[in-house]
Amino acid sequence: MSAAIDSHAHAGHDHHHGPAKGLMRWVLTTNHKDIGSMYLWFSFIMFLVGGSMAMVIRAELFQPGLQIVQPEFFNQMTTMHGLIMVFGAVMPAFVGLANWMIPLMIGAPDMALPRMNNFSFWLLPAAFGILLSTLFTEAGGPNFGWTFYAPLSTTYAPESVTFFIFGVHLMGVSSIMGAINVIATILNLRAPGMTLMKMPLFVWTWLITAFLLIAVMPVLAGCVTMMLMDIHFGTSFFNAAGGGDPVLFQHVFWFFGHPEVYIMILPAFGAVSAIIPAFARKPLFGYTSMVYATASIAFLSFIVWAHHMFTVGIPLTGELFFMYATMLIAVPTGVKVFNWVTTMWRGSMTFETPMLFAVAFVILFTIGGFSGLMLAIAPADFQYHDTYFVVAHFHYVLVPGAIFGIFASAYFWLPKWTGHMYDETLGKTHFWMSFIGMNLAFFPMHFVGLAGMPRRIPDYNLQFADFNMISSMGAFMFGATQLLFLFIVIKCIRGGKKAEAKPWDGAEGLEWSVPSPAPYHTFSTPPEVK
Amino acid sequence: MAASLTTRQLTVRLVGVVLAMFAFGFALVPIYDVMCQAFGINGKTNTSAYQGALKVDETRQVKVQFVATNAADMVWEFQPVGDQVVVTPGRVSEMRFIARNPSDKPMTAQAIPSVSPSKAAAYFQKTECFCFTQQVLQPGESIEMPVRFIVDPELPADVHRLTLGYTLFDITARMPPVPVAGR
Repeated sequence: MSAAIDSHAHAGHDHHHGPAKGLMRWVLTTNHKDIGSMYLWFSFIMFLVGGSMAMVIRAELFQPGLQIVQPEFFNQMTTMHGLIMVFGAVMPAFVGLANWMIPLMIGAPDMALPRMNNFSFWLLPAAFGILLSTLFTEAGGPNFGWTFYAPLSTTYAPESVTFFIFGVHLMGVSSIMGAINVIATILNLRAPGMTLMKMPLFVWTWLITAFLLIAVMPVLAGCVTMMLMDIHFGTSFFNAAGGGDPVLFQHVFWFFGHPEVYIMILPAFGAVSAIIPAFARKPLFGYTSMVYATASIAFLSFIVWAHHMFTVGIPLTGELFFMYATMLIAVPTGVKVFNWVTTMWRGSMTFETPMLFAVAFVILFTIGGFSGLMLAIAPADFQYHDTYFVVAHFHYVLVPGAIFGIFASAYFWLPKWTGHMYDETLGKTHFWMSFIGMNLAFFPMHFVGLAGMPRRIPDYNLQFADFNMISSMGAFMFGATQLLFLFIVIKCIRGGKKAEAKPWDGAEGLEWSVPSPAPYHTFSTPPEVK
Repeated sequence: MAASLTTRQLTVRLVGVVLAMFAFGFALVPIYDVMCQAFGINGKTNTSAYQGALKVDETRQVKVQFVATNAADMVWEFQPVGDQVVVTPGRVSEMRFIARNPSDKPMTAQAIPSVSPSKAAAYFQKTECFCFTQQVLQPGESIEMPVRFIVDPELPADVHRLTLGYTLFDITARMPPVPVAGR
């Protein structure tokens, strides 16, 4: 590709347009790489904050009985852990990856709307500052679960719920602006010759994710606005006494909530679809079917929301419809898993850290998918509902799904971002500690869930004691290991083996045609894609 | 299609989608009510008096049971005078509920009805119900409140028994009781 020559030729010319000096560089920057880095750092800080809350939860559950925290505070921890991990860690991490990689992958000089990009990032610290500040109020922070079902979050909510609502509005605005930016960039800034069906899958999955975001984040905004009106302006959207209906809340919330879970996983699908071919040294099997499978998953995500509500009293036909529609999602997902496995089949595989995370992603996400199928069976769900089985299920799709996808991406593109190779031995240690810790933490939850341990409680029956202790030890191991990741990243930024423009043999794509580290400005002249 | 739009046009359209979806979130409220009515979801029944007349079906009988529940923090004593009645579909039946305000202040209450099984809700027509209005009771006062209803003869044949439940909510804060003249 000629792009490498282009950007080399421009490197000298671009030099004096380099980043501004000092703190204001970060406050005012409109550079997609700066903003991408800020998103990634922000999400990692939130990952540690939300993770610390998980440590509190697991410490309390280490043994039956109440030892460390009061039930009221325990509820705040489960709620804030969920909110921070979903909205503060996973989503901003993917937006950060999108900012860094989409322009590099499609040969664009920057995002289409750079000023808005800056604004959408800086809304996040405000949103999470507001949300976290509620923990220091007298009545405490949100304690109604991350799904904030009415009337728990309206009639019975702590006073800080208004701060929570405002925080959700801000992070929603931030996500929507980020999504608009991604769509505008992908549709308008592709290099000549980069047709839609030549785009890397990470770009495709992000395009579809961005459409999901602009479709459902406004519904979430509407949902919390209705809560606000019920609490402060005397309306009765969710208040049965005034003619409203708390079940309506669940419909509105899950109309947002189900596509939201795909928002958290589709970009990881895209990243893994870039990483597996690179280390199997074979092109991705079934590119076109991957695109259509992603689009089908996105479409189906809009018509399955009530499978979260099988026990609220839906007519039989409704239960059947949502059960079968949910199971249908297994088909496009199965297509994707098949394609990843087939890409690896007879490839000359090597197992560097990104590949380890990507392979673990495929295996463990599939386990999470299977427990999802079990939950989709409406009659069986009556037993599983609100037990630790559900907790095991969504942690299996989110930790080795979304989080491992992010780790894989980070290791895969760190050489491009920093210009240095990360420490492979430490990277592999990070992987194995995360892999073992994560399985130790979440696999036993399947068993205690099936045996009837309810979620969101600080105490439990003695019969669950052994499995909970194992879960807690696994969780501590997983949590501590993430500090190693921080160390690896810092070490990689400060030095290490010099990375080539294309450090991975089998990697493909425009991002490898620019030098490592990627210059502050890339593709000022669009590359030619054949 | 999209490639022919400038970034500004594209952004404006996407913002339009966002606003439309925000509106859609609120549109879910009436959509949900229509769905509940069409499919009898949640046991929601008619909220104003049923005016029509139905053909009487002497060939079957349906047992209607009554349940009265207080919502959280509601202090009134609230119960039906009888547990159940056997009705002939198409014919008007009646049950009375008794409520008493044991507190030392005037209070306003709203009863919310619900029918189960929920698929029977669409066939349960109330011609008169205390749930169509609010009740105000002075301290220690009690009231007997009737509900008159017709079970539609079209009720699915597999339903032999249905339950009419009322939940009584304290809405004093929302609708302060008007002081009664002369007291």
